[in-house]
Amino acid sequence: MLLIRCPYCEEDRPELEFRHAGEAHLVRPSNMDAMSDAEFERFLFIRQNPKGVVFERWRHVHGCARFFNAARDTITDKFVTTYKAGEPKPTLEGAEE
Amino acid sequence: MSAPYRIAGKGRLTPARAVRFTFDGKHYAGLEGDTLASALLANGVHLVGRSFKYHRPRGFLSAGAEEPNALVGVHRDAARKTPNVRATVQELYDGLEAVSQNRWPSLALDVGAINDLASPLFSAGFYYKTFMWPKAAWKRFYEPNIRAAAGLGVAPDQADPDHYAARYAHCDVLIVGGGVAGLTAALAAAETGARIMLVDEQAEPAGALRYESGTRIDGQDGWDWAQAAVQTLRGMDNVHLLTRTTAFGYYTQNMVALSERVTEHLAEPQQDLPRERLWQVRAKRVILATGAIERHMVFANNDRPGIMLASAGRSYLNHHGVAVGRRVGIYTANDSAYHAAVDLKQAGVDVPAIVDLRDNPQGPGVDAARALGIPIHAGRAVVGVAGRQRVTAMNVQAKGGGAVNPIPVDALLTSAGWTPSVHLFSQSRGKVAYDDAGKRFLPGVGAQDCVSIGACNGTDDLDDLLSEAIKAGREAAKAAGIATGRAGPKLKATSSESWSGGMIGAGPGADADSKGKAFVDFQNDVTAKDIRQAVREGMQSIEHVKRFTTNGMATDQGKTSNLHGLAIAAEMLGKAVPAVGLTTFRAPYTPVTFGALANYSRGDQFDPTRRTAIHPWAEAKGAVFEDVGQWKRARYFPRAGEDMFAAVNRECRTVREAAGLFDASTLGKIEVVGPDAASFMELLYTNPWQKLEPGRCRYGIMLREDGFIYDDGVVGRLAPDRSHVTTTTGGAARVLNHMEDYLQTEFPHLKVYLTSVSEQWAVIAVQGPKSREIIAPLVEGIDLSDAAMPHMSVREGKICGVPTRLFRMSFTGERGFEVNVPADYGQAVWEALWAEAEKHGACAYGTEAMHVLRAEKGYIIVGQDTDGTATASDVGLDWAVGKKKADFVGKRGMARPDLVAAGRKQLVGLRSPDGKTVLEEGAHLVADPNQKVPMTMIGHVTSSYWSENCGHPIALAMVVDGHNRMGEKLFVPMPNGTIEVEVTGTVFFDETGERLHG
Repeated sequence: MLLIRCPYCEEDRPELEFRHAGEAHLVRPSNMDAMSDAEFERFLFIRQNPKGVVFERWRHVHGCARFFNAARDTITDKFVTTYKAGEPKPTLEGAEE
Repeated sequence: MSAPYRIAGKGRLTPARAVRFTFDGKHYAGLEGDTLASALLANGVHLVGRSFKYHRPRGFLSAGAEEPNALVGVHRDAARKTPNVRATVQELYDGLEAVSQNRWPSLALDVGAINDLASPLFSAGFYYKTFMWPKAAWKRFYEPNIRAAAGLGVAPDQADPDHYAARYAHCDVLIVGGGVAGLTAALAAAETGARIMLVDEQAEPAGALRYESGTRIDGQDGWDWAQAAVQTLRGMDNVHLLTRTTAFGYYTQNMVALSERVTEHLAEPQQDLPRERLWQVRAKRVILATGAIERHMVFANNDRPGIMLASAGRSYLNHHGVAVGRRVGIYTANDSAYHAAVDLKQAGVDVPAIVDLRDNPQGPGVDAARALGIPIHAGRAVVGVAGRQRVTAMNVQAKGGGAVNPIPVDALLTSAGWTPSVHLFSQSRGKVAYDDAGKRFLPGVGAQDCVSIGACNGTDDLDDLLSEAIKAGREAAKAAGIATGRAGPKLKATSSESWSGGMIGAGPGADADSKGKAFVDFQNDVTAKDIRQAVREGMQSIEHVKRFTTNGMATDQGKTSNLHGLAIAAEMLGKAVPAVGLTTFRAPYTPVTFGALANYSRGDQFDPTRRTAIHPWAEAKGAVFEDVGQWKRARYFPRAGEDMFAAVNRECRTVREAAGLFDASTLGKIEVVGPDAASFMELLYTNPWQKLEPGRCRYGIMLREDGFIYDDGVVGRLAPDRSHVTTTTGGAARVLNHMEDYLQTEFPHLKVYLTSVSEQWAVIAVQGPKSREIIAPLVEGIDLSDAAMPHMSVREGKICGVPTRLFRMSFTGERGFEVNVPADYGQAVWEALWAEAEKHGACAYGTEAMHVLRAEKGYIIVGQDTDGTATASDVGLDWAVGKKKADFVGKRGMARPDLVAAGRKQLVGLRSPDGKTVLEEGAHLVADPNQKVPMTMIGHVTSSYWSENCGHPIALAMVVDGHNRMGEKLFVPMPNGTIEVEVTGTVFFDETGERLHG
């Protein structure tokens, strides 16, 4: 079971308290009505799913209930870092832009 | 009853402490401290089982957890029949009842042994080849018969009466294995004050010191030192020593799972003790001191009872005081087996020969054996044995061939060397590295905060091992943040033991052209020939070889077989061993019971049960409940003589004729509060909210971004900045999650609080023409007239003197109210309402009547009539979508090409022209009943009931292009005939909706 650091609680807590919430840094477009079908498809469905460091959202659902972002290595399963929602994507070695 | 193979004066058991047990119904005597294996051996019993595939007679291979052969059933009583217990691990207790497995009619005379003669049928991959034709026979004939003939023990046929426990624990340093390395590391780490957990699978930790006779530490015999160390550790407050406990799984971030056997060794376990306990330990640092497991030699018929590992023979002799035979041969490629020969000889057992595959063995063990006059046959091999149910002779031949010389023996100890137990290290995702000189895989690059020490790290020399263990213990404590202070313990040790040498793969007599069965994996009956065949048939990867032959599978997970199998495959492939690679080690290290894994999560504690405040009343009234998620909901309230059909019909009729009370407390309820509450609702629901006046309600639809319906519910606007949102019963948690997600991440600029209030409000629906009369006498401060409180409005006031949020709304199509009161008052208010209701001939109704009544009105249930691929338009709820709104979640999604294309499934009503056939929910619809199978299915029934109020059956269905099919005839093909139906609108009762208003 992973230990995940909640950036709001500032504590390492067991994975059981958290829920995964998909890829991070996807911004809901403000001009959705103007988007072509292809553009909207890209926003709604297309995900990077790289091997290695991924940026993803987690929710401390059985804790402070906040959503936050994390960089996790899908090969080792290790969390590289976690940070608050709204903070910029950190520059990390091995991570795709 | 004297045990003929127990040697007076040998071993550590007390002769006076006799224990009685049975094996296959026969009575035997053993001693306290025996395992089932040692006690049977003391009585001269070697034959204890039949093998998995060939039903070959089998005895004990080992004296520990790696045992592949000696699996027995242990029975305590009718409900406690544990199959596949390793006799080498099971501690003896008075009255123990053991039975052999996988034999019929008896262990000595087993009909299934015919498989041994028919073995060409059962060679590697036979499952995939032999039983392929005719195809239909697999299911009816081959599979049942194979399952009956193969396999291990029989699962118990009664519920497990025992209870199991679970604990979480945290520590600075977790040490796995209580041999000399683990104990030393524990002493060194414990001295620093660090919180230590030490785990050992034995009742008395000692590791190899259990059988070694040549090791002295701190001036004491090895075993005595180990027991003194255990005493020292037990006396320390910062040390938690767990015995009879196996670390079976190493998970991420130093989470190690342990299985503690609490009562398996007791004759009469106390009822309040758990049988086993699962530990989940989070350690800052882990020290693996898991030792090494001896390998057998691979030669023809090496599975005959009486042929064992050399270390096992030593264990039985030096610990249990049992000789495994009277005339014991040794076959080895390794030094350590010489010590077995020496110990046996000194105990008075005849050792006619040591056969060593090596040409010129040297070392203290060899010298000692020679000094005792034991004949050493160097450069020779055992190429076969005589005897079937017990070995009677070993056939010795020079490596290069020549005459075969049989030497009579009644037991044969073999050693091909030692395999470091890197299981946990590998489970921790550490990479193993091949040590060519030692022919073994050792821990390489680690992935977690752990270190391997001792035999599992390939450290054979005792002095090296002790300093490695002390260093590991101190460094682990330091890494865990503990000041280590003084220099650490100093231990003086001497050892005459030697572990060097060894071979992997098949020996002479088991080479490619040999005839006999030379077993690599005993438990799965995999021979050297099978592995060669797998390679010949094209298996290149060791993972494929494993699956094709089943080598290394089954409960022992290849503890003794993996390296041999790998070496044979590598030789066949013409590759080096590390180039072929090792199969992945997976948890559990040894089998773990389902009881331990499930522990508390069984019966009532499997899943929480949620009950509403009104549940006790419904129960007292004889309600029949149904499970809705974790909730128990009253389904119907049968009266004397009523079945479900009669009760539901009466309830449905009564609601429309008078009124009914319904417990709607399970509805999800979320309070949306803040200056931007309405803006937030605008974004999360399809409907417009800004202009909804306080005091009014609206039916809202929530979409996901993809445009599909996610949830629905009535929302009451209590104040400009406060809405009371209801969700479906099953959707409460995910709707809140969905709202929080958008509020926290997409719309964080909105000033809104979301609070789950599902359990704070009990909800009593009062529905029917008499509903106002029922609630009126109890309500204070709210004008209930149609003018003051029309349909779809909400008021705050009091009922029965307690606060209420009173909704005028309806899920039945009748005039109706939903009375929200604080949950603590739920039952009292219900009872007061019930007293009023009875005066008006009203009834209590359950979820079944609720379903029928709403279906009569065509109201959908999200999740029943929709399935996550329905749009608002599909289900006829276009009117609830605010088309002028600039944005809401799902707005763009709704406009995706496939969601607006023609030919989508749409919600329609169905009527049975015969006026009586109730369709099955889930049944499929076709347009042409005469089409050949497979027919073109154009839809399915989502809801279907008998409607007492309509006098005919009603159904809702999702049908391709359904909205354009009004009046069409469709067909429902069922196993006993095709039913004709007519497509209608979805409202079956009171189409104009007059009843809602009075």
